[in-house]
Amino acid sequence: MIWNPNKECMSRDEMSALQGKRLHKIVEYVYHNVPFYRHKLQEMDLTPDDIRTIDDIVKLPFTTKKDLRDNYPFGMQAAPQSEIIRIHASSGTTGNPTIVGYTRKDIGVWSECMARCLTAYGVGKEDIFSVAYGYGLFTGGLGAHNGVEMVGASVVPASTGNTEKHAKLIRDLGITGIACTPSYALYLAETMEKIGITKDQIKLRVGAFGAEPWTEKMREEIEERLGLKGFNIYGLSEVMGPSVSYECQAQNGSHINEDHFYPEIINPVTLEPLPKGQSGELVFTTLTKEGMPVIRYRTRDLCSLIPGQCSCGRTSVRMSAITGRSDDMLIIRGINVFPSQVESVVLSMKEFAPRYMLVVDRINNLDTLQVQVELRQEYFTATFDTPAALDELQKRLAAKLKSVLSIGVKVQLKAPNSIERSQGKSVRVIDNRNIK
Amino acid sequence: MTLNQLSIFLENRAGTLTKVLDILKEAGILIIASSIADTAQYGLVRIICTDPQRAYHELERNGVAVALSDVFAIELDERPGQIAEIVRGLSEAQIGIVYMYSFFIHGKGLLIIRADKAEEAREVIQRSSLRCVPEKELPEWGV
Repeated sequence: MIWNPNKECMSRDEMSALQGKRLHKIVEYVYHNVPFYRHKLQEMDLTPDDIRTIDDIVKLPFTTKKDLRDNYPFGMQAAPQSEIIRIHASSGTTGNPTIVGYTRKDIGVWSECMARCLTAYGVGKEDIFSVAYGYGLFTGGLGAHNGVEMVGASVVPASTGNTEKHAKLIRDLGITGIACTPSYALYLAETMEKIGITKDQIKLRVGAFGAEPWTEKMREEIEERLGLKGFNIYGLSEVMGPSVSYECQAQNGSHINEDHFYPEIINPVTLEPLPKGQSGELVFTTLTKEGMPVIRYRTRDLCSLIPGQCSCGRTSVRMSAITGRSDDMLIIRGINVFPSQVESVVLSMKEFAPRYMLVVDRINNLDTLQVQVELRQEYFTATFDTPAALDELQKRLAAKLKSVLSIGVKVQLKAPNSIERSQGKSVRVIDNRNIK
Repeated sequence: MTLNQLSIFLENRAGTLTKVLDILKEAGILIIASSIADTAQYGLVRIICTDPQRAYHELERNGVAVALSDVFAIELDERPGQIAEIVRGLSEAQIGIVYMYSFFIHGKGLLIIRADKAEEAREVIQRSSLRCVPEKELPEWGV
């Protein structure tokens, strides 16, 4: 099933024409409403009139996460505050989160894009669909929620946590679809096995999995253990949230809602656009967003674009699975974590040396983050000669990390000079998850 | 009245304690008493030794997380119930014991105590007939 064949199956020429028209409009809009973009364009001697077709996009400057951070909180917002009806926030690299405001129209577009995803997965009015992404500042929960309501299925806003209760609801309500991170799906499967709920007692048939990288092997395992078909969903809050792209039944790449989010692939070093099919960094321009549009936003995700019509009938361009990052961002339980965030917290406490190590593991299918820090010799005083005092110090660091990273962290205290120094580029992350 | 005790942070890894003990041995430091507070992640080693200042500097120079803590080192004799009396005296004065350890050999012993209120503990001990061992006597305890 296709939610919006007019857009999802548009001919290439029509799509390019629509994108060109929308690009001109959005550039004109940000030029007049966001000083950041106006200055950038003026510096490059560009006016909105220089952008007429979608191919003109290469003339435009890039936008980075740093730009969003530097303009915290509302500097990148184009719509007046009175038009903003929702604000989400995602983690930033050094403390400041990225604030994303949505107008009523934005929420409508988001819901529509989400409805396209769910329809591609085969979700319809008869389904009972549980959303087990976190509800809150994170875009996963509410983003998926709106889409489920739009297709007319019954949404169960389960959110994360209380997995046993959720498992019982899946059995008792006959829930047929679920949206969550792939690792949470495995954790759910495990919880079900633990409390004695078997695959034949549940009716799950569709899973929308995303917000973190996953592999074909994980897909097989989730499908086998929960008895459903798992589909990829991709998105990022800077661009919109989940539903930027989605898999169809053919499962040969994820279709991008390119009438709203125009994708490019660039060489992350030279910033040159790469021809379709080549692997590089994914860049998005929001073509219709009012609240916080982004022009050529560098996602740092590495992948390639797959052109051509899909066997499902859609003509929209597809993106391959994400193969990595062009920066050092980690995705842990769906949350973006930068080593520099950990660094800023560690540096703020004089008891610790400015050295640290992040150890990421996947234990019982749940990602865990351990932060190892060295006690600083000159601050190790008689005050700390009891486990109670050291535990308190450990807890203080863990609480600070949690408030900055939005995920629970295990702190491991290390002796001075015990964290290995490496020659050249320092290794600050050990990722033991086998997700490549 | 108090003694300098070495408090040392050690990771739960083979060889970390050996390193500390080797440094002390090289420096000719004699360990009189010691204890380890262990947790799942790390250990805190507490050592009463001869020449604690020098021991501290040797350890620090070798990159060990070490601190000097003030503890009471109370002399014990062969009388049963003596530790109970000391602890009762402190608790009646509302003084908490952060940690303590002791040893006893050839008719005499040492009780090491760290109290949460050091000044008040000092007064209680002064008012009693207890004797704290001064640093200069420590080498005798090693023989």
